[in-house]
Amino acid sequence: MAEPEVTAGETAERRVVEIDSHAINFGPQHPAAHGVLRLVLEMDGEVVERADPHVGLLHRGTEKLIEHKSYMQALPYFDRLDYVSPMCEEHAFALAVEKLLGIEVPARAKWIRTLFAEITRVLNHLLNITTYGLDVGAITPVMWGFEEREKLLEFHEAASGARLHANYFRPGGVAKDLPAGLEERIADWADTFPKLVDDLQTLLTGNRIWKQRTVDIGAIGAEDALAWGFSGPCLRASGVPWDLRRSQPYDMYDQVEFEVPVGRNGDCYDRYLVRMEEMRQSARIVKQCLARMQPGPVKVQDNKIAPPLRAEMKRSMESLIHHFKLYTEGYHVPAGATYTAVESPKGEFAVYLVADGSNRPYRCKIRPTGFAHLQAIEVLSKRHMLADAVAIIGSLDLVFGEVDR
Amino acid sequence: MADAVAVLAEAVGAIAGVERAAVELGEVVTHVPRAALLSVMATLRDDPRFACAQLMDLCGVDWPQRAERFDVVYNLLSIARNHRIRVITTTDDATPVPSVHGLWPCATWWEREAWDLFGILFAGQPDHRRILTDYGFEGHPLRKDFPLTGYVETRYDEDRKAVVYEPVRLAQDFRDFDFVSPWEGMLTLPGDEKAHAQRVIRPTEQG
Repeated sequence: MAEPEVTAGETAERRVVEIDSHAINFGPQHPAAHGVLRLVLEMDGEVVERADPHVGLLHRGTEKLIEHKSYMQALPYFDRLDYVSPMCEEHAFALAVEKLLGIEVPARAKWIRTLFAEITRVLNHLLNITTYGLDVGAITPVMWGFEEREKLLEFHEAASGARLHANYFRPGGVAKDLPAGLEERIADWADTFPKLVDDLQTLLTGNRIWKQRTVDIGAIGAEDALAWGFSGPCLRASGVPWDLRRSQPYDMYDQVEFEVPVGRNGDCYDRYLVRMEEMRQSARIVKQCLARMQPGPVKVQDNKIAPPLRAEMKRSMESLIHHFKLYTEGYHVPAGATYTAVESPKGEFAVYLVADGSNRPYRCKIRPTGFAHLQAIEVLSKRHMLADAVAIIGSLDLVFGEVDR
Repeated sequence: MADAVAVLAEAVGAIAGVERAAVELGEVVTHVPRAALLSVMATLRDDPRFACAQLMDLCGVDWPQRAERFDVVYNLLSIARNHRIRVITTTDDATPVPSVHGLWPCATWWEREAWDLFGILFAGQPDHRRILTDYGFEGHPLRKDFPLTGYVETRYDEDRKAVVYEPVRLAQDFRDFDFVSPWEGMLTLPGDEKAHAQRVIRPTEQG
């Protein structure tokens, strides 16, 4: 605040008092910034006048790196974008490459991908809701949520061998079939999981402090949400019933039944409610996937795209050549371009893939979901208290691996 | 479904100013010259036949061998009519593209990104800062002529107690393998050079 000055021509009674707004740096190292976000806030006392997010602190040049890798080598980069929902990111790239190649994936692979996309959705929402709770002062949800997340990460590990960076969905199917007994374990989990959501709900949904911190905070109407490029739970919370799984279904989403929860006010509380309901719906989809899954191949039977069986390689010269060619040169993708989007847990995650007929992507633009949401923080947090900015960041479900790429 | 996409492409192609519109891999792709971009975009947003309320993505693609090296690609989404339209316009590194942030406020960050990574200029964009790269970064890293390893690297210098920028020093040269099969398109196989040099080309082989 500047010192009040008496300028010439003014009496002591009529003084012009100039109050400088403070600019404060929120982050880059702040536990509520969910990664490395530097938010320059112009404050009027404790009220946010203007928010200017500085992103890119986690920029690793993923798009440039992908241009120098074969299609198969490019896939693991997607795990590292949104490291909270790795398989859904892989899904977008796998679908884009399949579209350019013009291949049809076997039914079992599609069911497995749908199944794990939903498990990933639960993983993501559990992390978001619970850490969001932590941001505004609720400790217990994190304890409960992370225990459940650990069970799900075990499923990830059983299927792919890695807890987080799965590298499991591949163009042409999935890396390998599910191990014996995993389907039963997932089915058991899907039966008990709704109970956890109920318990979580008793902690937060009716909680007075939680509602004081989130209801009517960071509200955005449907029209604004569309103009700002919102998607996923954030858009649905504003009352727009739009879900890519329903309206532009991919893999087996047109075969499963689920409901799309829609909010009304578009505030932080509605975004939370939408995610809670989505977790229940995900458990429903998981059960349907397990019930309808049939044994069968899990990748295309074309060894030019999917690697041959390990056992076959020991006996067959043909398989050995295929294996060698696949892991050195990779496959060539016919020239063309596609914009392929999936409903990731955060919203629309898409890949704009340009192929030039070689074994490497010519251009692989990644459309991060959080990028559009973060940009709107300016309008969401205007004239809110500083503490509300934290609640808004939490409700947008940002992960900077994805925003910064 | 396929018919609906074809009808949509035809309708897009009929907008004044559109160069051409086609269906590629089931997606509507339209090419628009820079001068007509804003009017076409406004039509795509406001005309109830297109109703593209959302700009989902805006990005550049670099084709250095072309006269106008950059494609600027807009991916529009209509949730009212459940379709996507891709709009492509071209530019070079000196000619600005009209900014669409007046139509979709979310365009600002996408345009900042395209400026940062490709050096594409946007006329009328009030916030033309870099976004993803470091403060004080030079160059546009997603251009094809920008090396993968970059020009500078950064580290914390214990003596100077500061973060320092230095030219990139690679312990090993960057290896860029050419995996394109040497056999493809090759008429003379290794070892056959002598025979082929003395070979009399008959008229049938020339074609």
